[in-house]
Amino acid sequence: MTLTTDKTASKKKLGLKERYAAMTRDLGWEPTYRTPEELFPYLTYEGIKIHDWSAWEDPFRLTMDAYWKYQAEKERKFYAIVDAHAQNNGHLNITDARYLSALKLFLQAISPGEYAAHRGFARAGREFAGVGTQVACQMQALDEVRHAQTQIHALSNYNKFYDGFHAFARLRDRMWYNTVPRSFFDDAMTAGPFEFMLAIGFSFEYVLTNLLFVPFMSGAAYNGDMSTVTFGFSAQSDEARHMTLGLEVIKFLLEQDPDNLPIVQGWIDKWFWRGFRVLGLVSAMMDYMLPKRVMSWREAWNIYGQENGGALFRDLARYGIRKPSGWDDAEASIDHMSHQFMLALHHWNFGTAFHTWIPSEEEMTWLSAKYPDTFDRYYRPRWEHMRSIEEQGPQFHNFGLAKLCQVCQLPCVFTEPDDPSTLWQRETAYQGERYHFCSDGCQQIFDNEPEKYIQAWMPMQALFSELEGNVPAWMDWAGLINEQDNLNFHGSADERNFSAWRGLSTTNTTNQENPA
Amino acid sequence: MSVKATKEYVGVPRDSVDKFHGKQIVYLNWHQHLLFAAAFMTWVEPELTFGDYIGGPITALIAADPDAAAVEWDKVEWKVRGESFTPDFAKSLADNGIGHKDLITMHTPGLNTLCGGSLPS
Repeated sequence: MTLTTDKTASKKKLGLKERYAAMTRDLGWEPTYRTPEELFPYLTYEGIKIHDWSAWEDPFRLTMDAYWKYQAEKERKFYAIVDAHAQNNGHLNITDARYLSALKLFLQAISPGEYAAHRGFARAGREFAGVGTQVACQMQALDEVRHAQTQIHALSNYNKFYDGFHAFARLRDRMWYNTVPRSFFDDAMTAGPFEFMLAIGFSFEYVLTNLLFVPFMSGAAYNGDMSTVTFGFSAQSDEARHMTLGLEVIKFLLEQDPDNLPIVQGWIDKWFWRGFRVLGLVSAMMDYMLPKRVMSWREAWNIYGQENGGALFRDLARYGIRKPSGWDDAEASIDHMSHQFMLALHHWNFGTAFHTWIPSEEEMTWLSAKYPDTFDRYYRPRWEHMRSIEEQGPQFHNFGLAKLCQVCQLPCVFTEPDDPSTLWQRETAYQGERYHFCSDGCQQIFDNEPEKYIQAWMPMQALFSELEGNVPAWMDWAGLINEQDNLNFHGSADERNFSAWRGLSTTNTTNQENPA
Repeated sequence: MSVKATKEYVGVPRDSVDKFHGKQIVYLNWHQHLLFAAAFMTWVEPELTFGDYIGGPITALIAADPDAAAVEWDKVEWKVRGESFTPDFAKSLADNGIGHKDLITMHTPGLNTLCGGSLPS
């Protein structure tokens, strides 16, 4: 029997592989009236050599139409839970209002990084020549903007009730601890497309992402924050794809030309250290800000740094890649960095848009157990000294502002890898100007490209150069409301309100004064 | 070239002294006194005498440390730009050779309270 139709189709449906080819490779074309160099002007100046763009493989073979479908489904589920969280006063289910500091730090420092990554991948997708690469970058650009939006939505509910959430975007640009991740992304986005991919796609998404997201998302789960946990689940499959892309990038670069190896190794050295410095924020969050702890920073590093990272670099050894040059310095600082950073945040908490506190006796016991070689010896005496001051009057504030690192922009609070009593301070002169660094790793990054880092916008310097040392003006400008967003948790409106509202929701007290 | 770029590229330093309204940034670190998490950043006139700098902002900033009252200023060992130096307290910062964004380190041997008596010797 013969069917008569308008058109004939040999097959009704394309197979996965054909479909992928049709939706990616078939979208590319050879330019006829412009040269490839005119279309893609940034492909050679970094020194990377690519001979065959078609060797780029997307291990997921995900096409854009399928992408929209999956993401739309995830968002429906996500927003259903976020709505339920809002309608049922989910914010009162968190362990303790101190947990909010971790959320504020996440919203100010990390979510805008997702947006920066979105912009970066959108640019990389335009600048790379291969279609497979372009589509992969496009999807990741969309993932990242979606993560920024969903995180902001997940946390916006807290903004109705608590301080420190209201000006995260401005705080991100101007607040001294937030310029750490900001400068990290600015550095990547002002590099060439290959360095960007290595920085964000490989070093950040592959090597360091577990040390960032697992602590925050597990921290949310342990502390009853359903809203943020739901974001975590919603992003999980994207993160798996990003990690695979990151690994694909590095293998692609190394297989294309042996001359790429030293360039790639240099970027791994640089971006491991830059990423590790950003993780200083995470270490303080894990060891100090979660009322219910997930694991210590040291334990997280052992699993995600030592074991996973170690296995990765053993695997890459066949390409000639070695561990990042800062690896041993990182290891030497693990038992110190969270304490050094949190002590610093506490004594400068007049300038933080979240609250800090001195750990309780029970928490100090936990810290002693997790850091048996360092906490009692070096850090407990400082906390106890601060506590004795606080018991007698106002808390101790260090009104000396901080010397910042010209590269990572963190205050230079870390100590020499082999001497916890001496600050790790490095300095250099470049064309008559002096520059300071928190570590050998950061100084090496500067020395490789001084023309880039001498232009860095440093938030502490700006207080004097732009605002002539006027601290109230600086607070307005940075988005910090004095005596609301900053200072000690004890005595804060967050502490007071959470306690009163939770009391109303968990007891039968009816005559409690409504603090709102 | 000192930056990877598509063409010749010259960066402009962001924090040169001309941006600081006639004053300059001076950093001071009290070695082994980590109650203060980082070197202090101060914003002072280059004409300020070294003695007034120490007796003014620095004395106020270090007061919270239990060692502060025990500092014998004539016995402090000083470094600037990593080199030992002997300041003249009566002369200005500028005349002492302390410029914009210089780091001064003060060592007070025997005093190290908040690193504990537990410091490795």
